[in-house]
Amino acid sequence: MAEVIAGFGVSHIPALGVAMEGDGTGPAAAVFEKFAPVREWVRSLELDTVIVIYNDHASSFSLELLPTFAIGAAEAYAPADEGYGARNVPVAQGDADLSWHLIESVIPEGFDLAVAQKLDVDHGLTVPLTVLFGSPPEWPVKIVPLEVNVVQQPTPSAQRCLDLGAAIGRAIASFPGGTRVGVVGTGGMSHQLQGRRAGHINSEFDRTFLTDIVDNPRRLAKLSNTDLIQEAGSEGAELVMWLVMRGALGDNVTEVHSAYHVPVSNTAAGLIAIDSRTATR
Amino acid sequence: MADDPTGPPADTTEIPGTIVFDGRRSREGLPLNNLAITLNKKAERDAFVADPEAFMERFGLSAEQKEAVRNRDFHRMIELGGNIFFIYKIGMVDGLKVPDIVATMAGMSTEEFVEMMRNGGRNPHG
Repeated sequence: MAEVIAGFGVSHIPALGVAMEGDGTGPAAAVFEKFAPVREWVRSLELDTVIVIYNDHASSFSLELLPTFAIGAAEAYAPADEGYGARNVPVAQGDADLSWHLIESVIPEGFDLAVAQKLDVDHGLTVPLTVLFGSPPEWPVKIVPLEVNVVQQPTPSAQRCLDLGAAIGRAIASFPGGTRVGVVGTGGMSHQLQGRRAGHINSEFDRTFLTDIVDNPRRLAKLSNTDLIQEAGSEGAELVMWLVMRGALGDNVTEVHSAYHVPVSNTAAGLIAIDSRTATR
Repeated sequence: MADDPTGPPADTTEIPGTIVFDGRRSREGLPLNNLAITLNKKAERDAFVADPEAFMERFGLSAEQKEAVRNRDFHRMIELGGNIFFIYKIGMVDGLKVPDIVATMAGMSTEEFVEMMRNGGRNPHG
């Protein structure tokens, strides 16, 4: 059966993508130094497929049709033009077999995902791939995108996100074959891009979140949407997507790498890498 | 007044300096946000630049929304139901970068805002 090998929480700030595309010199050197070491571990895992939990930024979903959760089930995902041209990254190859297995597993459990067989993906999905894999001519993994509405309130609760992740974890464990799966929760950390409080950064909250996402996700799942907006900022509240990732990993995990940097553009940037293999314990 | 989209948000706790994008705002902002997402296409960006008044008319923006777009008043667009991930595309057409736009939300120059971020951002404890 397939196995969840590792989980990652990764910011998806466009400027983080720019920083991680380079060779680690220049103004982005400090960010690169903190985030790039994870790549060696990622390479050693020989992942086949990564499930990327991300949010669309007015690229593929307008406010005329905005699913709360949508899973991609396409053969491939092209980078979206977000209003200034598409990011210069490869088309991501889909793992449609795993997508449909997840759909057929979690919907009967009560997680009513929308299903997308065509989905252009924006920086929310592709920047974390750049952080983890650099700038190869083709991504070294297949992907399954899981899009979460964190743009329009009410967004799904932190608890619901953790529970969905757990259902995805169960589904992966029943997927025939030996697929080595990584799960990536994207977004955050604290930031606010509108209102007079724009520029809000809450490093104390972020650092606690980086610890608790590994050791105490159930505490994080108790945060209300208002708590998250208050603490992490109106856009930092997207950190609920890390809980979907964490839910898929199960209880027995080990932190491998953690990084934090303020600022990347207008945002606090964070990274967590978590080993969830049974064989290494 | 539950159906009045111009009224105050009914279902969000007030967080000072924070405009929560909820259903009330999304209803009011739909024309503005529909205009903005259309700018994902190069031909539409060209059409907006060529004749912004006709472009705004096409999406049925309110007079106030049109005025905010004309003035590139991003904070006002947010107050009128704009969502940041949509309306920033209007600024991108002008060649602005995200910090330029976010700085205006805070009522700061880009330089002041970038300096604040370099120093760790806006402190949550004031």
